[in-house]
Amino acid sequence: MLTARFDALRAKGRRALVCYATAGHPDPVRSVELWQALEDAGADVLEVGVPFSDPMADGPVIQASSQTALTHGVHLDGALELVARAQLGIPVVLFSYLNPLLAAGPGVLRRAADAGVHGVLVTDLPLGSDPAREAWLGEGPLDFVRLVAPTTPRGRMEAIARHGRGFVYLISRLGVTGVSDTLPEDLPQTIATLRGVCTLPICVGFGISRPEHARTVGAHADGIVVGSAIVRAADTSVAAAAALAGGLRRALDEQSA
Amino acid sequence: MATQVQTDGRFGEFGGRYVPETLVPALDELELALETALADPAFHAELNGMLQHYVGRPSTLCDAPRFSALVGAPVWLKREDLNHTGAHKINNALAQALLARRMGKRRIIAETGAGQHGVATATVCARLGLECVVYMGEEDMRRQALNVYRMRLMGATVVPVTAGTRTLKDATTEAIRDWVTTCPTSHYIIGSVVGPAPYPRMVRDFQAIIGREARAQMLERAGRLPRSVVACVGGGSNAMGIFHAFVADDAVELIGVEAAGHGLDSGEHSASLTRGTPGVLHGALSYLLQDEHGQVHPAHSISAGLDYPGVGPEHSYLKDSGRATYVSVTDAEALGGFALLGRLEGIIPALETAHAVAWISSQRGRWGADEPVLLCISGRGDKDVAQVSESGALPG
Repeated sequence: MLTARFDALRAKGRRALVCYATAGHPDPVRSVELWQALEDAGADVLEVGVPFSDPMADGPVIQASSQTALTHGVHLDGALELVARAQLGIPVVLFSYLNPLLAAGPGVLRRAADAGVHGVLVTDLPLGSDPAREAWLGEGPLDFVRLVAPTTPRGRMEAIARHGRGFVYLISRLGVTGVSDTLPEDLPQTIATLRGVCTLPICVGFGISRPEHARTVGAHADGIVVGSAIVRAADTSVAAAAALAGGLRRALDEQSA
Repeated sequence: MATQVQTDGRFGEFGGRYVPETLVPALDELELALETALADPAFHAELNGMLQHYVGRPSTLCDAPRFSALVGAPVWLKREDLNHTGAHKINNALAQALLARRMGKRRIIAETGAGQHGVATATVCARLGLECVVYMGEEDMRRQALNVYRMRLMGATVVPVTAGTRTLKDATTEAIRDWVTTCPTSHYIIGSVVGPAPYPRMVRDFQAIIGREARAQMLERAGRLPRSVVACVGGGSNAMGIFHAFVADDAVELIGVEAAGHGLDSGEHSASLTRGTPGVLHGALSYLLQDEHGQVHPAHSISAGLDYPGVGPEHSYLKDSGRATYVSVTDAEALGGFALLGRLEGIIPALETAHAVAWISSQRGRWGADEPVLLCISGRGDKDVAQVSESGALPG
């Protein structure tokens, strides 16, 4: 379903808006309302963050949302229940650290697919780190989305792209998730390097929060991922997060038009 | 298949490199720099020179007549507390700082629990002229205020960590976040045999000097190898450091002492090997205190240095293979060990070390008079005196 979605966008010359939200944040009920509102505001893909106690790749905003979700008792299987309840029409990618997936057992990928999840992305399982577990994720019912970092050498980018499914998530800058004012100057060059070795759609995340970021990145990549900005807006209200997503949607479409 | 796709740095199934993609090239760079340094006699010459003249190595092997009489067997103390800065931590901090300088990285990141690793890192950074940033849980800063002052006195920046349990686990997570952001110019000096490959092996190798010296000293002083080698285990670097030289000696029993906190059944302890299950934290697969959802369970110990829900992956391997045995000691028992060694031998051990002291003292009659026991005194207790005295747990 991820591939079909990106193919359809490509046929129309449009860029993908990928929105991240932590499952169970601000609370389980509003979490589902938020996802539905993001879809209505024009999100093409929803990334559902699995709450984890020690999110070492996340900045303060997503850390806090993860902690809030945990206080509501939302773990991986709770996140899947919320996905099933949301009945979304857009593809859902589970965004998790490895440990909650391991604790949930080998059947979790099937349970996720049955709940309406289409892809899975694991923050702390880089290519080559654990072939058996990478094979488990790569050969299961979900598209295993892989990440590329600005530090990744070209040869490794090529290998990552070859092992990925759905799309490639390009991390825009060094550091953890979080909102930035500006994008790295060499980002277009990094995207071009990845494009040279990769046939999958490229979505760029980390630090993207404003319409001008969407326009800049949209000129080079196939999509943008917006996380901390959405989560922060959701702390205010579902409507605020939807408005943010709507503004980014319009900026991307202006770019594509 | 591209040559970059590889697995490395495992101890059986444990260890590995479970990190964000951003750090993979930094770990590759570190591994290469380490190999190059270890093959370079100039690196060893500089390191050994500083270990001798700056740290004060070799540390002594000291007999303990009154403690031995109590235990019923000769107990030998490997005196890492006599190193500069008062603990074994400087062996690793010094070696990694020299490595960082060779790599052209002039900003050093460290995490610390009890503050001993932070102090050791601040110390070597001052000596080598490197910038030093130490992450420390707010709760630990309160428990170890003296060490915070020492680090600042030597020019380090101590960053309070207010997330989670505000202890070593959260300080480590925050240090990793810094490194993800600054890895092209910073080196992260992990203080224990934890973290992604090559850290567990590298830190072990830099601490293995403890066991190499102790093994030779035992043969010289006691005329034989010890029957048992005993050390406390939080992350496990002093234990791996002293165990490593004895792993091939089948007749030598290796015993790690974990912190049982308020008791193993209280849910408030740090006994990852005794009560944990395999899981991934801070870049490695190892025994871990966690719940059924894979959320990391907060650890507890009276000693900030053992207050960690994970443990070095090589310890997990030694446990599963049966080569080492892991036992545990409560906060109250550790306080007993703290007082006991002071009273009997005039050596006040760190609260971490006091766990190992307490376990040996609880095993009277376990060893014969001809079965020497080697105990790693990983650090001195000065840093803990104020906390213990204020708690009123021991008569002054």
